[in-house]
Amino acid sequence: MSVQSMEDIIREHSFFKGLQERYVKLLAGCASNVRFNAGEYIFKEGGRADKFYLIKSGKVSIEIYSPERGSIIIQTLGEGDVLGWSWLYPPYRWHFDARALELTRAIALDAECLRRKCEEDKEFGYELLKRFSQIIIQRLQSARLQLLDVYGHASRE
Amino acid sequence: MAMLQESEPLEGTLLPEPFIVSKVRRETRDTFTLEMEPLNGGEKHFTPGQFNMIYVYGVGEVPISISGDPVEPSILKHTVRAVGTVTRAITSVKRGGMLGVRGPFGSGWPLKEAEGYDVVVVAGGLGLAPLRPAILHLLRNRERYGRVAILYGARTPMDMLYKKELERWRARFDIDLDVTVDHATGGWKGNVGVVTTLIPGLKIDVPNTVALVCGPEIMMRFTVRELNKLGIPDERIYISMERNMKCAVGFCGHCQFGPQFICRDGPVFRYDVIRPFFQVREV
Repeated sequence: MSVQSMEDIIREHSFFKGLQERYVKLLAGCASNVRFNAGEYIFKEGGRADKFYLIKSGKVSIEIYSPERGSIIIQTLGEGDVLGWSWLYPPYRWHFDARALELTRAIALDAECLRRKCEEDKEFGYELLKRFSQIIIQRLQSARLQLLDVYGHASRE
Repeated sequence: MAMLQESEPLEGTLLPEPFIVSKVRRETRDTFTLEMEPLNGGEKHFTPGQFNMIYVYGVGEVPISISGDPVEPSILKHTVRAVGTVTRAITSVKRGGMLGVRGPFGSGWPLKEAEGYDVVVVAGGLGLAPLRPAILHLLRNRERYGRVAILYGARTPMDMLYKKELERWRARFDIDLDVTVDHATGGWKGNVGVVTTLIPGLKIDVPNTVALVCGPEIMMRFTVRELNKLGIPDERIYISMERNMKCAVGFCGHCQFGPQFICRDGPVFRYDVIRPFFQVREV
């Protein structure tokens, strides 16, 4: 059985598909393997957004806590998804909770390390921002569809 | 073009046949599945995807997709959500009550054409009902198809149809079934998010895939976009349309959709056929 290097994992992840080799190396320098047990919080609202994650396996819920209703799940993410973008924008604080719903394995990318590399290499920063913009657009569109409540009742009778 | 000939029998086409409700099962708060048997015996053969006109005597008639098993033509099954006068009347009929049935009408899912292909079924909300006969056919004839993936999106866990059946399907090793809900609270351990978010994760052979889609039109529009993004062309995407069908045989024009009549030419269409009219508000 061959063991994949961090560079291999990043190179093969759909989020980084087609990324230049030198950027793969940059990212790998800021990456580490992490795992979360079922029920474990990955981050909590208001905490320092010092990482983002590429989910390798498992399932993560994005939640918001309400004293009246408890934890409300807004979205779930799974294998191949990217978790977290608050690390990109000041004040670098999480806006929601993220919790592993089952044993979850991921690659964690260190935010400070990446932000520094983005400042040093603007092309790299632009490349990263373009890719995150796609994720943000997808999530925004999904959130709008959820708000539409498309399965609500419409009578044609 | 299919035209009604003078010599064709009116019963079943323009005259409702009497059916006795033999079983009523509550699916969700406002949605029920009715099993019906013909008062005078006989069978009602249908193609998955077709619909019947269900008549409540003295109240009115509505088109309802057939949700039963195509190999059980002696039992007619319809899943109905109570949203208007007629559907409320249908769902309040008890066991032993009588309903009128005309049909079956319309086109079906392309199950023969899909043989040898991977099949992706995307259902949203009540859209699972017209897809259920197709899914049952796929499962019964599993060896004729490549990979089969079923994606189902519902409003909340409480709004999911056929829960026990979904569990049985999920337990099978020869299909992939993924369910998601738009809204959930603590107890739900499954996916949360719109059904389109499940599409990028499909494990299929894209160049050899046929997609069957049914749900609210907005959901179908976004689903088609995601399927296109994955590489599935419009020519291999089929959707089931819903309009205000009245006569069900292409006479009255109530369900006209551009050059098509949903009742006669649909409700199942290949997406490229109706794409030019799909987002035209005037039709």
